[in-house]
Amino acid sequence: MTNTQVPPVRSRPAAPPPSLPRPSARERGTRLLAALFLAPTIVGIVVFTVVPIVGSVVLSLFHWNVIDPPSFAGAANYREVFGDSTVLVSFRNTLVFMVFAVALQLLIALVLALAVNGRMPVWLRSVFRSAFFFPLVLSAASISVVMKYLFNQDFGLVNWLLGTVGIAPVPWLTSENAAMATVVLVYVWQQFGFSFLLFVGGLNNIPKEIHEAAALDGATGLRKHLHVTLPLLSPTLLVASVVGIINALQVFEQPYVLTNGGPGDSTRTVVMVIYESAFEQLRFGEASAVGVLLFVLIMAVTAVQFRLSRRFVHYE
Amino acid sequence: MSQATLSLSRARYSLAPWARIAALAVCALLTLGPVIWTVSTSLRTPAESFDLPPQIIPTSPTTEAYSGVFDQLDVWLLALNSTLVTALIAVGQMITAGLAGYAFARLEFRFKKPLFGLVLATMMVPLQVTIVPVFLVLKQLSLTDTLLGLIIPAFPTAFGTFLMRQYFLGMPKDLGEAAMLDGAGPWRIFRSVYAPLAAPGLAIVGVLAFNYHWNEFFRPLILETSGQNYTLPLGLVSLQGNLGTGSISVVLAGVVLSMLPAVAVFIVGQRPLREGITSAGVNR
Repeated sequence: MTNTQVPPVRSRPAAPPPSLPRPSARERGTRLLAALFLAPTIVGIVVFTVVPIVGSVVLSLFHWNVIDPPSFAGAANYREVFGDSTVLVSFRNTLVFMVFAVALQLLIALVLALAVNGRMPVWLRSVFRSAFFFPLVLSAASISVVMKYLFNQDFGLVNWLLGTVGIAPVPWLTSENAAMATVVLVYVWQQFGFSFLLFVGGLNNIPKEIHEAAALDGATGLRKHLHVTLPLLSPTLLVASVVGIINALQVFEQPYVLTNGGPGDSTRTVVMVIYESAFEQLRFGEASAVGVLLFVLIMAVTAVQFRLSRRFVHYE
Repeated sequence: MSQATLSLSRARYSLAPWARIAALAVCALLTLGPVIWTVSTSLRTPAESFDLPPQIIPTSPTTEAYSGVFDQLDVWLLALNSTLVTALIAVGQMITAGLAGYAFARLEFRFKKPLFGLVLATMMVPLQVTIVPVFLVLKQLSLTDTLLGLIIPAFPTAFGTFLMRQYFLGMPKDLGEAAMLDGAGPWRIFRSVYAPLAAPGLAIVGVLAFNYHWNEFFRPLILETSGQNYTLPLGLVSLQGNLGTGSISVVLAGVVLSMLPAVAVFIVGQRPLREGITSAGVNR
């Protein structure tokens, strides 16, 4: 089959230019079918993703509160954003959150995946796998409601348990220092199963013979994992960290429900700022400027990661 | 592996596996602990919900808290909204992803590569970056504060399209060629040959969509302003707000109720979910 004209987005093919040979009935049928099949996805993506991205950039150059007509602002929104301490703090918080959440999530997932991969009865392995994966199916919002009670300073179960071993109550959600750590913990608790599943899949793809050969060469335990398993797992590690970082930079539910950004601004994240400035304060221009900056940040971090990965990722 | 080396390695690790399995058991308990606590507290009377130490197995289990949820919240309405939104999105995504995935895998047309590139690129775009313009587009269409406004923008799925394309690429090409020699047109080839084989792949797309949108919070929070259009997660967070710290067990009973369908999907759809996530070995 050959490539011929007709923009596939339209649900109806345009008439072919007369200079070209007429496509056969079958070819026209195929192209019509492709156009019909693609229309919902492509139209949807254009209307709800491509146009909105352009819209965000345009909107970020205007002052607009929905009620008054928009007025051109040029770079004013960006200047304002860079001068707004809450916005700057939210970017710092989000980066701090990302570093700790992703590092912890990958570490826990990796250790557990290696442990589950060891010798044990098949049924036990699947019990562990299901247990670690289970929090992923729950809603982040309702889990955060639960965690808010567990981490309550006065009547929470966590402090009560610590009390039984003589540790004084920790102000998990009410002190500036502890609040971010608590948000990280709750997020990691729910999310590590994602990387865990990726690692379990990655480990299963490593041929058994390689470990046997390494064992014959005398590699055992930690050394075997550091020098044999990890390099072979590095493509999976890259994917897990890229997905982990992109997700972490968009964190919203946990800080929104657990702390509402507080105490002070200590857990306010970028997405919370977008939500608040757009939908609570109706400052759509500023919100869009923050959104554009978040987008640039995500792109930059991902690009750096792929750069770095060239040195560390080994493909067979 | 020979018998000798097998028994040797077993001897060498004879103690370690138990330590490893015990450590794993502790981790599994930590992971499931909050869920177990939620269920057990929801079965206590509101007055006992603050008791410490908590009774893991309530001495006098009661569903008082559950009737409390139904008093405070229109659970049926919220559940109906959530079910409608989630089911329609899941079915919609299975259709759009199935069709587009097939076109990208098996049909020839102009601009195939750039269009597929466009689809892949949108996987990288965070929802929050587009939400303000999407909100404005929906407002223009008078779809804000409607369930439809939540459903329609979620129909196209870049990840689902990618997944289905891979799925169709994995099917033998000669099936379609044989059907073509028998005189079947492109639609017949899709409808009678490939579409029936795609069911397991579509199940992955559907289960992933169900899991994600049943739990979705950010878009409903922005789009649904009147209580009658709330979905379960929104209703729960508002329930907790209304009650303050008054009665844990009522809030937790609400959490348990909202978890049930997700848990059911976890039990039935574990494999599709896992495969979907593992194939996020590409992205989500």
